[in-house]
Amino acid sequence: MTSTRSASLFALALLAPALIYILIIVAYPLFDTVVLSFTNASLRPTSDWVGWANYERIFGAGNFTEVIIRTFIWTFFSVAAKMIIGTLGATLLNAAIPGQAIFRILIMPPWIVPMAIGIFMWGWMYNGQFGMISGLLQNFGIIDKPWPILAYGDSAFWATIVTDVWIGIPMVTIYMLAAMQSIPKDLYEAAWTDGAGRGYRFRRITLPLLVPALLTMSLLSMIATFNSFDIIWILTQGGPSGTTTTMIIDTYKTAMGSRKYGEGAARAVVICIFVSLFCIVYFRAVRKLAQGEAK
Amino acid sequence: MIDRYKWYETALMYMGMAVFLFFILAPFIEGFLVSLKPLALLFSTPYSFLPKNGSFDAYFSMWESVPMLGMHIFNSFFISSVVTLIVVVIVVPASYAFARFQFTGSSLMLGGFLAVNMFSGAVLLIPLFRLMRQLGLLNTYWAMIVPGAAFLIPSSIWLLRTYMMRIPKELDEAAWVDGASRLYTLRRVILPLAMPGIVVVAIMTFIGAYAQQFIFALTFNSKTEFMPLPVGLFAFFGKQEVIWNELMAASFIGILPVMIVIVFLQRYLVAGLTAGAIKQ
Repeated sequence: MTSTRSASLFALALLAPALIYILIIVAYPLFDTVVLSFTNASLRPTSDWVGWANYERIFGAGNFTEVIIRTFIWTFFSVAAKMIIGTLGATLLNAAIPGQAIFRILIMPPWIVPMAIGIFMWGWMYNGQFGMISGLLQNFGIIDKPWPILAYGDSAFWATIVTDVWIGIPMVTIYMLAAMQSIPKDLYEAAWTDGAGRGYRFRRITLPLLVPALLTMSLLSMIATFNSFDIIWILTQGGPSGTTTTMIIDTYKTAMGSRKYGEGAARAVVICIFVSLFCIVYFRAVRKLAQGEAK
Repeated sequence: MIDRYKWYETALMYMGMAVFLFFILAPFIEGFLVSLKPLALLFSTPYSFLPKNGSFDAYFSMWESVPMLGMHIFNSFFISSVVTLIVVVIVVPASYAFARFQFTGSSLMLGGFLAVNMFSGAVLLIPLFRLMRQLGLLNTYWAMIVPGAAFLIPSSIWLLRTYMMRIPKELDEAAWVDGASRLYTLRRVILPLAMPGIVVVAIMTFIGAYAQQFIFALTFNSKTEFMPLPVGLFAFFGKQEVIWNELMAASFIGILPVMIVIVFLQRYLVAGLTAGAIKQ
């Protein structure tokens, strides 16, 4: 192609709509969040600069650190379960057994269906009086009275995790399946000819080659889980008595419930910092991996 | 042969698959059974898994209990369709630019788009709320469409870019030599070839838009007539006396169209996920 200058201009023209859109709807709000976090903005039309006051207040209040720790525990167990179940699921879907085409469709619904609707269904399953889980446990005599799962702090916490795992599984499974299928077949055949058993082939070929995909998927799923809002909001709205309040729920309550925009923004900034840290750790790991391969 | 399993291995795998699928499908099975149960039976003990004297009554009575149901379903479709349209129109040229041209800041911008995925709409809710208010978009369809599209653009660019990079460069060059302008080349050479990729992006965007219709709709719109299905049903769900069988019936009607799309297009979906995800 001819002059690079006109090519660059052409490329920029093609990019302009996307760029402008994202700048206005994502980048500017991100900048605005940081600015707002240093003000006492609320429903009142005017607001003042308050410096670090919002940050001092949220960290001084004590329960904020509790919320952070809870969010990390919530995220950790949810992501770990998603990755383990999803990878095992992908291994099953990758096996040469008949029926795979149908199985691959049947795992899609949690991802395809509007999230909120899937969550309504879980809400019913968790219902103490008439829901499936409590009902079946009673029928089998495991518990002797109705168990309102979402009414107790402990069970509500784990129940929201289970639902989050459920929603995340199709994505992880399909991604891991794709990663498994991109491993060249002749590697397995060579190992097989050399007499390597199935377990050995899995440990020595499949797993090492899956590491990059596992890393990427864990990061994506960590970000999504950390920011997960719909599940908790629909099932418990952060209750009972705060036991399912994660950072995002806390931010929403502060901002939209109490209309303390400044304090809410400060909480949002803390979330952004954590998410950025995840990404930095991830890119470090990827680089290390790439260097390891180069050696 | 390498792929041959012993009979007990096959049996184990089917058992594992059954457990896995049960976990995935249990809420839907339960939801569907609930939608068939008469309300009186629903609230009786002991719990029975299968509906006795089940019927499709709830599928008829729900239209009266949720008078706006039809409107909510329409809204969901309308919002997702407009989001998809916006995303495709914006993403096609941008992906082409990233796939074919090297210019200052191209990798930086590409990274920037990727970074957008880090920030969920929930984190940016406060400024987005203020922005929507400033633009006068609160309580309109646009309050859900505009931010909805923004968070779907970046991943679509990455997906379509990967797809377009697989179209041989020689085709562009041949068109250039024949005297075609760049825009003409994009329209007449690249666009038809990229069509399968564009279809995948459109489907993924539609599903994404349909799935994410909660937080923006909950926060930026309070008018019942603009509510998409999830929020419309949430208002119903939040009441003291939930008519569960009707709620489930309404959910299934809302899901049905997406389900049908999936059954027909699942091949593209798996291909799309694979292409976008792995080949980076």
